[in-house]
Amino acid sequence: MTRAALLVLADGRFPAGGHAHSGGAEEAVKAGRITGVTGLEAFLRGRLHTAGVVTAALAAAAAAGADPAELDAAADARTPSPALRLTARKLGRQLMRAARATWPSAELDALAGEFPAGAHQPVVLGLTARAAGLGAADAAYCAVYESVSGPATAVVRLLGLDPFAATGVLARLAPELDRVVDRAVSCGTAAPTQGVDVLPAASAPLLEIGAEVHAGWPVRLFAS
Amino acid sequence: MHLDHSHHGPAAVGADARRADGSRRALRIGLGGPVGSGKTATVAALCRALRDELSLAVVTNDIYTREDAEFLLREAVLPPERITAVETGACPHTAIRDDISANLEAVEDLEDEVGPLDLILVESGGDNLTATFSKGLVDAQVFVIDVAGGDDIPRKGGPGVTTADLLVVNKTDLAPYVGSDLARMAADAKAQRAELPVVFQSLRGEAGVADVAAWVRARIAAWTA
Repeated sequence: MTRAALLVLADGRFPAGGHAHSGGAEEAVKAGRITGVTGLEAFLRGRLHTAGVVTAALAAAAAAGADPAELDAAADARTPSPALRLTARKLGRQLMRAARATWPSAELDALAGEFPAGAHQPVVLGLTARAAGLGAADAAYCAVYESVSGPATAVVRLLGLDPFAATGVLARLAPELDRVVDRAVSCGTAAPTQGVDVLPAASAPLLEIGAEVHAGWPVRLFAS
Repeated sequence: MHLDHSHHGPAAVGADARRADGSRRALRIGLGGPVGSGKTATVAALCRALRDELSLAVVTNDIYTREDAEFLLREAVLPPERITAVETGACPHTAIRDDISANLEAVEDLEDEVGPLDLILVESGGDNLTATFSKGLVDAQVFVIDVAGGDDIPRKGGPGVTTADLLVVNKTDLAPYVGSDLARMAADAKAQRAELPVVFQSLRGEAGVADVAAWVRARIAAWTA
């Protein structure tokens, strides 16, 4: 394995479709819940400890060798909003394409064959980490970082927020990211032997409701 | 061009000339250019000119609305199932160049759902003079500018003007009203592009989109040869 592979996978420019999504930030901005740096930090913290920890645990479990189809069903069960389930599968399909082109692997091929319309993105992310020779913690780090960096970038675009201030928010959250990764890895690595019920099921009702509202807008900048 | 036929399941490489079942995929032509230069009008005119002889479909990349897709639907240039809109997250050039995954998904889904197709037109969201398509997404690209955007654009160059497989200078009928010098634009384009072709067109004129349609037919002939 190579540590540098982690940088390739975690790079915001990794071409897997994420740039067109705001992780709920566009709806939160329109609703007035994010108006500046303080609101962004609160939004990201909430996202990190709900959607972030769930996706990180799913990714860690997939990287640790849990059954991808069971993880995909577990992801469905943890995503009440149909719009968010659709988004997670679209992004899973897009990541799958980039992953198979970047780190060819029989496991990725098998998952692509089983889920032609896309498996949940964190499941694909975990298998991608495996294909890249990375471990469960690496997969979890990619997932938690994505869960906050994508919305932060989106808010910079949506509000014209100072990009240095937005990056400062991410840096301040870094110790919390470490703790979320620890929890995700301890659940995720238990999943292959103890089953998917050990995975966290934290949920943010406003993110789920906001995703449904956003999906109905006729005019928007981001796909989700 | 990458011609690996060995992989199974969904194609992982966008530039593959063959689909997963071994059949030849549609030719993909990108249309890019600044906001308001007439990309959507050119796509609509191409659809009308070619739809009786080719099986074709369109992908639009609207920046924040479904306006372009809805224009094409309203004009009924193609049946609705042959027009797909991709959302680009405030960054139209990223979706056609740096991260083409959503557009690749759209072209592949069109081939699966309404295929077989001969041609897919991928229209970029209106952007700036540096926006070009990835070769992983399209086989050839058209850059559309117009005389009202300033007759110094060909001289300024940039990747779109300089490297596109076809440069279209649109709305030539407006030249006298906006003080644009078509001869100067042609000379500047020649200097920037050497042997690469340039078409001057007015969609309101009698010839309309005929020159661009002829260029597309030649690309189709080369693709299927």
